[in-house]
Amino acid sequence: MSTQMPILQMTGIHKRFPGVKALTDVKLRLYPGEVHALMGENGAGKSTLIKVLTGVYSIDEGLVEMDGTPVSIHSPQDSQAAGISTVYQEVNLCPNLSVAENIFIGREPRRFGCIQWKEMNLRAAELLTERMNLHIDVTLPLHSYSVAVQQLVAIARALNISAKVLILDEPTSSLDQNEVDQLFRIMRKLQQEGLSILFVTHFLDQMYEISDRVTILRGGELVGEYMAKELSRLDLVLKMIGKELHLLEELPVLAAEDQHSLGDELIRAEGLGRKGGIEPFDLSIRKGEVVGLAGLLGSGRTEAARLFFGADKPDFGQVTLPASGGGVHSPREAIGRRIAFCSENRKTEGIIGDLTVRENIILALQAKDGMFRTISRKRQEELAGEYIRMLNINPPSPDQLIKNLSGGNQQKVLLARWLLTEPQLFILDEPTRGIDIGAKAEIQKLVLTLSRQGMSFLFISSELEEVLRVSDRIAILRDRRKVKEISEKDMSQQQIMQAIAGG
Amino acid sequence: MSPFMKHHLFWPLCVLAALLLFNLCYSPDFFSITIHDGHLYGSLIDILNFGAPLILVAIGMTLVVATKGIDLSVGSIVAISGAIACLRISSGADQNSMGLILGSVLLAVLLSLVLGAWNGLLVSGAGIQPIIATLILMVAGRGIAQLITGGQIITVTSSNYAYIGSGSLAALPFSIFVVALVLMIALLLTRRTALGLFIESVGCNPAASSMSGIRAHWVILSVYVFCGVCAGIAGLLLSSNVSSADGNNAGLWYELDAILAVVIGGTSLNGGRFYLTGTVIGALIIQTLTTTIYMIGVPPEITLVVKAFVVLAVCLIQSDAFRAAIAARWKSRHYPAEKEMGRHVS
Repeated sequence: MSTQMPILQMTGIHKRFPGVKALTDVKLRLYPGEVHALMGENGAGKSTLIKVLTGVYSIDEGLVEMDGTPVSIHSPQDSQAAGISTVYQEVNLCPNLSVAENIFIGREPRRFGCIQWKEMNLRAAELLTERMNLHIDVTLPLHSYSVAVQQLVAIARALNISAKVLILDEPTSSLDQNEVDQLFRIMRKLQQEGLSILFVTHFLDQMYEISDRVTILRGGELVGEYMAKELSRLDLVLKMIGKELHLLEELPVLAAEDQHSLGDELIRAEGLGRKGGIEPFDLSIRKGEVVGLAGLLGSGRTEAARLFFGADKPDFGQVTLPASGGGVHSPREAIGRRIAFCSENRKTEGIIGDLTVRENIILALQAKDGMFRTISRKRQEELAGEYIRMLNINPPSPDQLIKNLSGGNQQKVLLARWLLTEPQLFILDEPTRGIDIGAKAEIQKLVLTLSRQGMSFLFISSELEEVLRVSDRIAILRDRRKVKEISEKDMSQQQIMQAIAGG
Repeated sequence: MSPFMKHHLFWPLCVLAALLLFNLCYSPDFFSITIHDGHLYGSLIDILNFGAPLILVAIGMTLVVATKGIDLSVGSIVAISGAIACLRISSGADQNSMGLILGSVLLAVLLSLVLGAWNGLLVSGAGIQPIIATLILMVAGRGIAQLITGGQIITVTSSNYAYIGSGSLAALPFSIFVVALVLMIALLLTRRTALGLFIESVGCNPAASSMSGIRAHWVILSVYVFCGVCAGIAGLLLSSNVSSADGNNAGLWYELDAILAVVIGGTSLNGGRFYLTGTVIGALIIQTLTTTIYMIGVPPEITLVVKAFVVLAVCLIQSDAFRAAIAARWKSRHYPAEKEMGRHVS
């Protein structure tokens, strides 16, 4: 492979943002017909590198070559013209338009200025069958299909722009295993057709399954480029997280620590359910207990959590807190009863992007206190500073806008926001999704530590290992129904996998 | 750029200073202020006095815009408030009676509060888009104002009522004190309590705000109510200044000037961060511009065109992208060859 010319070569790439060096002397080579993984922790510079390559950001310094000729990329149009197509993590299509329209938008086949609908639908269907093995009705609106299909449509659209390089930015983060397999089959097919694919992912397994080579970034700098086959898992993790391995090693010790004593029952759901969300279920959580919710994507995990917080109105049953005798009917009421909820949708239901880290941290506490019991600026700074230190939020400046932080650090700010309200029950919905191993370990450790101090948790994660590591008890959901509860003594991956899979 | 230049008030203040400087060059006695019978007279005082209603409306508009909303009905509320006050006073036996005037003022403010609440309920309760929701009252409000005045211009002969919009206190126009009071209240409410944080938070991300326990609906309702009250007070100032109420023309196009003032002041129509002092300066810029145009004797048929060009210039100066483009052009002006080279190097 090394005898071939790279199709895409980036050398000496620098990118600075005010106060941050996002990329320092980064290199990237892509050969024709390879799947190349780009890995690194949050804040490593993966997103920045991709945005630089796709023209969303301009390059401060450095050289981009396609097929050996330098190209200058100043806008997404330049990037497309150079043969680079991108599919972003959140599908960037118009859900109300038809599949065919989404594929051809901006390049509709025309005659005398009129769009030729028949021709367009025909060509869209052809494209999807031939290149994607996808047989669907292209005249239906995009939102009538699953996220996985939408992702494939996005790829089809990207390919239709005569691409030589396809960038997939965490395409698998919202797909289940079958869908991932389908995506990988198509990636292999495209690879054989000579397309180069840059695959950004957090999942180690998937990287090993599909990639030929891998480029690793850390802290905006290049760690190295490796053949996937020659790089052991441990090495990969070590290179990604650098010196923070001790964090991972510490965890099992904590989890294996003596059984901590649980308090009285704190909260109870009786026959709680919502049409189209989750069938009625019972679940009770004791003081200081961590209850895990395991299940596949779409099994009703999030729906259950939202009902606990009052974010959705239940159609059946109720949530009660036996000690105080009250229930939960709205987020405000939940917060009043010291329940906190970190949503899985960090962007839309979590952060307030244009406000500072400090303001984001004190928001829930201030909302709880009401507008007239204002937290003084001085106190705000104290609180923000304290939590920035405690949770290792980076960059450690309270007056940075939160939208400029990496995903993992945004998540930590949200944790700080809720910890400040001193909850008795903390509902965490995918708290570690899309964040790096270091931050992941820190969050897991935090859950364990706080639960020993008497805080209860409802912990949701797609990663079984993680649920196992932190939970005292695990409730398993399948097809929007609670199927089983497993307590600590007979917890094993095997057990849980069987329950999730059913039968 | 120095931190000084990055301050959100830098460009608005520059524009205001440039406008004033232009006036000074054009007519050297522009800044002169004289005293007659204990009142101050001069162009600057006039700008403050005539600009007072616009500043008031723009202050209310700022908070609405901060929640990613817009209130098109303020011009109509200005007309309604002036009309109802003048109608009540003109029908009184003794038009100078303090009780009657206070009652009328209170009635007008209450009515504008109700109108603001109507807008707020449509937006936060019924979930109608702000531009449509307030368009309803913009159109209907003109009709209501004309119903109140019976299609006529109501004149009042009450020196006590006229004091609100044209009287002086401590040698300064009374209207300035009204504006100062409202501005103080707005600043106190938004910066000394957490209301400002809630407004900005709801403007950025209403869903996340609700999940954090903020009553987003109440916050939105309250800014429309506040905006309505501000417009109502502005209507009182305007009608009292001319001692009459004109349902047709009072406050006409005020909503547009107010939105412009908000934007010039640095608040984005996308919601979020808002700047009340910036808005005040924005409103002063617009009022100074109007005064300037009258003063230099621009023919009336092209007044609006001149105003539009100046506004365009102001907006361009404030645009970061535009300034960067100009700066880049300026830097490379002597070295055309370098541009050519750049194409190959990077």
